[in-house]
Parts: sequence; structure tokens; C-alpha cells
Amino acid sequence: MNFPVLSVIVFTPMVAAALILLLPAEKRNEIRALALTAAAFALILSAWVYVQYLVNGMTGYQFVEKYDWLPALGISLIFGVDGISAPLVLLTGIVMFTGVLISWGIDDPHAPTGIQDRPREFFAFLFILASGVFGVFASLDLFMLFFFYEIAVFPMYLLIVIWGWVKTREYAAMKLTLYLFIGSVVALVGALVMYWTAGQTTGVYTFDMRALEAANFSQAFQNAWFLPVFFGFAVLGGIWPFHNWSPDGHVAAPTAVSMFHAGVLMKLGAFAALRVGVMLLPQGAQHWSWLIMTCAAVAVVYGAFIAFVQTDLKYMIGFSSVSHMGLVMLGVSTLNNNGLLGAGVQMFSHGIMTALFFAVTGMIYDRAHTREVPELGGMGKVLPYASIGFIIGGLVSMGMPGFSGFVAEFPIFMGVWSKQWLVAVVASVSIVITAAYIMRIIRGVFFGEMPEKLQGHISPLTALDKIAIVTLCLFMVGIGVFPAMMTPMVQTGVQHILSLLGGA
Amino acid sequence: MDFLNTHLLSLILFIPSLAALVILFLPSEEHKFIRWTAFLASLIPFGLSVYLWIQFNPDLAGYQFEVKYAWYDAIASSLHLGVDGLSLTMVLLTTFLTPLALLASFNISDRVKAYMMLFLFLETGMLGVFLAIDLLAFFIFWEIGLVPMYFLINQWGSANRNYASLKFMIYTMGGSLGLLLGIQLFGVLFQTFDLAEIVAKWNMISPNATFGETTITFATIKTVAFWAFVVAFAIKVPIWPFHTWLPDAHTEAPTAGSMILAGILLKLGAYGFLRLVLPLYPEQAQYFSGALAFLAVAAIVFGALASYGQTDFKRLVAYSSVNHMGFVLLGVAAAARAVGTLDATIALNGAVLQMFNHGLSAAGMFFLVGVIYERTHTRDLSKYGGLFTLIPVYGGILIFTSMSSLGLPGLNGFISEFLVVRGSWPILTVYTAIAMLGLFFTGAYILKAIKNVLHGPLNEHWAQGEHKLTEINTREILVMVPLMALILVIGVYPAWILDVINKAMVMLF
Repeated sequence: MNFPVLSVIVFTPMVAAALILLLPAEKRNEIRALALTAAAFALILSAWVYVQYLVNGMTGYQFVEKYDWLPALGISLIFGVDGISAPLVLLTGIVMFTGVLISWGIDDPHAPTGIQDRPREFFAFLFILASGVFGVFASLDLFMLFFFYEIAVFPMYLLIVIWGWVKTREYAAMKLTLYLFIGSVVALVGALVMYWTAGQTTGVYTFDMRALEAANFSQAFQNAWFLPVFFGFAVLGGIWPFHNWSPDGHVAAPTAVSMFHAGVLMKLGAFAALRVGVMLLPQGAQHWSWLIMTCAAVAVVYGAFIAFVQTDLKYMIGFSSVSHMGLVMLGVSTLNNNGLLGAGVQMFSHGIMTALFFAVTGMIYDRAHTREVPELGGMGKVLPYASIGFIIGGLVSMGMPGFSGFVAEFPIFMGVWSKQWLVAVVASVSIVITAAYIMRIIRGVFFGEMPEKLQGHISPLTALDKIAIVTLCLFMVGIGVFPAMMTPMVQTGVQHILSLLGGA
Repeated sequence: MDFLNTHLLSLILFIPSLAALVILFLPSEEHKFIRWTAFLASLIPFGLSVYLWIQFNPDLAGYQFEVKYAWYDAIASSLHLGVDGLSLTMVLLTTFLTPLALLASFNISDRVKAYMMLFLFLETGMLGVFLAIDLLAFFIFWEIGLVPMYFLINQWGSANRNYASLKFMIYTMGGSLGLLLGIQLFGVLFQTFDLAEIVAKWNMISPNATFGETTITFATIKTVAFWAFVVAFAIKVPIWPFHTWLPDAHTEAPTAGSMILAGILLKLGAYGFLRLVLPLYPEQAQYFSGALAFLAVAAIVFGALASYGQTDFKRLVAYSSVNHMGFVLLGVAAAARAVGTLDATIALNGAVLQMFNHGLSAAGMFFLVGVIYERTHTRDLSKYGGLFTLIPVYGGILIFTSMSSLGLPGLNGFISEFLVVRGSWPILTVYTAIAMLGLFFTGAYILKAIKNVLHGPLNEHWAQGEHKLTEINTREILVMVPLMALILVIGVYPAWILDVINKAMVMLF
């Protein structure tokens, strides 16, 4: 047995959270340093997994570890990654690391930035959440997947309610938590039914998803249970018409949490919907793919239009996330090679991009105390790194070739073409709408004249902020220029899904 | 030398970007150093393209100096580069104009570093369009060039730059949607983006075949896709009625931005017609050649009339681009109708040469507008007057360059417009006849500009005091000299370039 890298990745944040809570609350910089060290450690390990992942000719799971947990009920702790989840593990590592960096901030009582209120508890909750996220991406056991899923969702509530935007945090946190719990309960029922049905037919009761993949549920069963399972998880992926919690949640959350929320948590929903919904119930997916495609196409276009009319930066990014996650779902709904490939890359690309958006928005809000685009302006001169980062993110967002967004969106559209040409044509409208609102935001926030009352109040970014921005940008440009950095890996995951779908 | 020959195209393509990355690490206060680095770096691709021109064998069919790098294996797209006579001409134009535009930008003192970097990235984008023979790579460079141009207009432009740059961006992106969807369709149908393969396979599809599980026939799809491509390229050219972004973008862009916009970016659209529309849609192009000719003639006539009606010097020159590029489309329309005939080849020769020539004269005209604007801070034609006595050297250069634009025999514009008209006349007689009337208005607006700026009663405002007009300086003359030399050389001895173009046109169509 090799070094159990995945379990170390999953439990590093959890252990770090415990250690952080043991430190005295006044030792703020020590707490932050510890958090940063743990995040860097997790990032290095997840990058190691990414690099060591074997691409050639592989389709199954790699880095598999198995520990008995409750053998009587067929529950074990099984970790493993495939070509879809390995990039997402890396994504979580990146977002966690950069999230800690930008939360450090300036400890100035007159102009605080980052997280200055109870950083100890903040980082502890954030890390518990991170453990949950890593756990979902790495779990091969259905029970454990739920276990980590709930761990990821619950700290979100506290993080938003305590550190969130004063005006809406109670409302948004409650809405978010209720939405996600209801969704996951619905999905859990589906999962339990799968567990019993598979157990009755094979005689072996297990939550091991590798076994459930081979359970051959009947067509009627799959048709009946696909929708609850898929949509139960897809709520977290922000699928229309269940996206409503998401922009509110984004807006109310503190910066690092927004980064996590949009960058990783929404992927959690899409990923779980794919892993549990599509991969365990492939015929059900084929039966209902038209419905997913419709919902996704609506999300893509509708999200873009709603984003277009927002004046609050965070709402704008929130709805753009709905639109972009719609593209992920659109790719999933094609159930073909190109679409799934694009969906896999889009999850990573959107995660990085939106984390960057929220990071920059947070930096601006901390300094200007407003997110209203008409009240901002001229930030490019005082915050050059933030503006260049946001511009690169914007180019990714509008699917500009040469950036990761294009590498993801192009195959998605190709996948849709071979399934339903009309949807491709309609959804492509969103590209122009996205370009329009991104350009409008860039112009309104970063260029032009800075309003008088802001002049002299905008403190420069810290070195850590800059490191976070540059790190995120490097990934977006890197994948855009060299898609081979990621696509062969995603391809291996897609091959596995296609084989479950019957080699379609 | 071997390395040079095998990697020539990738060197030409990526040296500007590399130079931009080098500039990124230069100290931003060293304006002079940055300017010279950018300028000298942009001379390297020019030198290499001259070498390419010499090494190029015009008698061979197909692409030369091909290189292919793996790029996006998962969807079978690669960075596949190659040149034929058509792209070679455009590459030469691009690498020739970029150093001049950079030299013209030496007076920029605001954020020089960012400016020069954007300019060099822009060059890579434009060269990529001409060099790529993989459809996806073509599209990538096509779109990526928008970004630097947007920021050049938006950040260094004049008063109404926000409106103009957004309009430019949205127009072009919106226009390319159809192109994007079309390329996706090719990818789905053929599992490749290689241009030669797609052209061959696409033309083999029977019009009665249906797409996928639908009942839509390929006859319909091809017609729709034809118009999608035409609109995408027509916006870029621009062809009436898709031209309205152009006067705004030109007017607001910084001088060097206008030079590149008119000199090269517009050629991308025309190049798209020749490289993609005609080979991919020969039947549709033939069927709709009347419509194309109508649009071309409308561009020629309305462009000239609109130009005549302007009171803003830069807008006048901007509309003249609509007028001149109309001739390119006229040549394309004629070739589409009678493909393969001698007349069609003549028209195509004229169209390609017109692209090159317009690149020279439009870049020169915009630069000269910039020179006078920088001194007077106005572009209003009525505010000038009689300036020839104050700035005779500038006046001489302006007259020379305008004459190229006007189509004076002995200068380059005459050759290409003559060839287009000569080739189109037997094929599209009526349209060509109307286009000739457009030529008359071309003369009118050019003379109007010259008259208002240089002749007539002297506007005393510029004669003395703090507003005293200064003569064109050495750097500015150095920008104009190569342009004027080439204008004259092509006008007197066009064979060296027409030979390459002609052989390419004969083999392509």
C-alpha cells in the first residue's frame, strides 16, 4: 500500500481546524500562518495527485484506499479519484490556498481588509468545509459521499451568518441551508433506494459506488429515481429553476466563503449529480436527458440576461455563475464525449474564474465599502493587479479563445450540436450577453474616473492578495493556451462514464 | 538555417508575443527603452517575412512551410500553420505595417508598457488568422485579436472611446457567433478542424442528405451557414450595412490603432471571404453572387457619399475604407459568379492587391490625420484651411498618399481597382458600372479633404502664436517613407507582387 495521499488531503483541513481552535484567539498571525501552512500542504498534495495521475489508457479510479467503517451495513471509507474528480481536488486545493491568502488582509482598525473578526473561528469553519469538499470529490462510497456533503454544507451556514454581509446574511444563510438540505434529503432517499434494491438483487448490501455502478438497475427503476437523485444534488449546482438560493448566498457570504461557494461548492452539486445520478443510473439519465438539457439551456441564457441587468457586482457574478454552471449541466446532459469533456473542464475553469471574481470583488468592497457598479470607477489605476486579474477572469467568462473558458465551452457546444442543434444555437446567445455585461463591469469598475469620495481611501493590495490573483490567473491562461494540461485527464473520466452509458 | 526554415512560420507568429512578455519584465518608467524594444522586436518578424517571401515558391500548389503542433487533441484540433500566395501577401502587409505603427506610437507617454504589449499581442493575433490552416486555430486568433484592440481603443482613444470600443467588441463578437456555430458543426460532422480536409469533405456532402436525426437537408444548412460566415466576415470588412461600428472605432482609436485597424484588421474579413467562404460554399456563393455584388456596390457608393458628407477628417478617412473595401467584395462577388474563368482570376487578383494597397494607403492616411490632430487638437475640416504654406512637407506627403487612395495611375491604388473593374465588368456589368460612379465620388471626397486642409484661405489661427503649426518631424517622416515607397513601387512595377498573387489565385480557384 502506498502513501494514503487522498485521506491525508481530506483530513488535513480537519486536523488543521482542530489545531487552529487550540491556539489562543489573540495570536491572530500565528493562526493565519498555521492556516496558510495547512492550505499549502493540501494544495501541494492535490497537485501531486494531479501530476501523478496516470492518463494513458486508464479509465478506472486511481489512488484507491479502503478502510472499513461500518462493515455490517456495507459502509466503508473508500477514496479514489478519476479523471473528472482529480482536477476538482486540485481546484479545491487552489481555492482553499488562495482563499486563506486573501483572508489575511490588513489588520488596520480604520481600514480593515480580509477577515479581522475572529479569524480563529473563521478559519476553523472554513477548513471543516474544505474537508467536506475534498471528501465528496474523493469518496467512492455513497454513504461517505453524503457524509462529507453535509459536512460541507453546514459550516456554510455559520460562515455566512457570522461573517456575512450584515444586510442579508440571516436571510441568505437560512435560504441556502434549507434549499441544500431539502435537495440532499431528496437525493439521500434515492440513494437509499438504490442501496436496498441493489442489495435485494445481488444479496450484497453495500454503498460502494463501484459495486453500484455494476448493479444493473431496471429501466423502470432508473427512470423513476433518476430525477430525484440528479436534481437533489443539482440544486447545489445552481440548476434552473432551483438556483434561487445561490446569488443570495454569494452576496451575503464573506469573500473567502464566496470563493469557496461559487468556486467549489457549486461544483460539488454538479459533480455529485454526475457521479450519483448519471453514473449510477445511466439509463435514467438517457431517458431524462432532454429535461436536463432544457433546464440547463434556460439557466445558460436566463442567467446571462439576469446578470446583465445587475448593478451589484456580487449579484452579477452570482448570476453569471448560474449561467456558467448551466453550461456544465448542458455538457452533462449531452451524455456524449465532447459534452462531458467540456463539462469536466468547465467545472475547473469556472471554479478558478469565479473564485478570482469574488476575490477581487472582496478586495474592492473592503476598500470602497460598496459593490454598486455606478458608485465605483477608476480602480485600475490604484489596484492594477486586481483589475488585470478581473479582466483575465472576464475573458475566461466570455469564452474568449486562449483562455480556459473557451477550451471548456467549445466541446460543450460541439456535444450539444450532435444532440440537439437548436439548443446550441439558442445557448450561444449567452456568449454575446456575457461579453456585454463583463465589458460593462470592467469599464464601470476599473476604468473611467474614480468617484470623489473614494479618492485617497483605496489602499493598495497586500503581497498575499497579489500572489492569490497571479496563481489563479496562471491556471486560466495555462489551460487556455495548453489544453493538454487537463483534457487528457478529463478524457479518462469521460471514457469511464461513456462505458457505463453503454459505450454511447 | 534548417531550424529557421522548419520553424519559420511559428517564429513569425510568436516572436511578437514573446517580445510582449519580455516587455512585461522591463521597468515601466523606462519609456524610451520599452518603445525601442517593441519597435526593434517587431522588425524581426518583418525580416523573417521578407525571407519567407524570398524562399516561397509561387509555382507550388497548396501550403508551404507547413508546421503542425499538437494543441487540443481531445477534439482533434492542432496548431497547423502554412502559407500560400494569398496569406503570404497578408503576412507581409502585417509585419510591414506593425513596426510603422509602433514607430508612429512613440509619442504615446501614458502607460507605454501596456500599450506596446497590447500592440505586439495584437500582431500575433492578426498573423495567426493569416497563418492558421486549422479552422479552430483560425477562429482563436480571429477572436483573440479583439481583446488588444478593444483595450487600445478603450484606454488610449479619444473622447467617445467607451461607446466606440464596446460597439466594436459587441459587433464583432456577435458577428462571429455564426462563424463559431459553423465551426462547431464542422467539428461534429468531420471530427477534424483541418481546413483542407474540411473543404474536401464538406463539398462532397450531397445537398439532399439530412443532418443527424433531423429532417433538415444540407442544402438548407449550407445556405444558412453561408450567410452566417458572410455576416461574420462582412462585419469585419466592413460591408454596408454592417459597417456602422467602423467610423466610431476609427475616430476614437489612437492613431496607430487606426492604422492597424484599417490597414490589417479589415483585411481579416476580406481574407475570410477568400480563404473560407469561396472554397467552402462555391455553389451558394455563385447563387448569391448578385446579392454580394449589391452589397459591394452599396458599400462603394454609400461609403463614398458618406465620406464626402463628413466634416471630421478622421471620419472621412474612415468611410473611405468602406468605399475601398467594397471593391474587394466586388472582386469576390465576380469571382464567385464565374469561378475559374480568366475574368474571375483578374478580379481576384485585383481584390487581393486592393487589400494590400488599401492597407498601405489607409494606414498612411490615418497616420497623417493623426499627425495634424496632434498639432491642432481638432479634426474638424472647417477649422483647417490653407495649411500648405505653413507645412509644405506634410502637405506634399498628404497629397501623395491621397492620390494613392484616389486611384491615380502610377500609384498602387489604380492598379488594383483597375484589375477589379476589368475582371468584374464582363461578369457583373451593371454593378460594375454603378461602382465606377462610386469612383467618381471617391475623387470628390479626397479632393474635398485636400482642399479643406491644405488649400483655400489660410486659417490665421495656426500661423503664429502658441498655436503655430509645426512641420512634420523626422520620426513621422520615417513612418511615411516606407509606405510611400511601396505605394510608388507597386504603382510603377506591380509584377513582383502580382505574380505571387496571380499564381495563388489560379491554383486556389
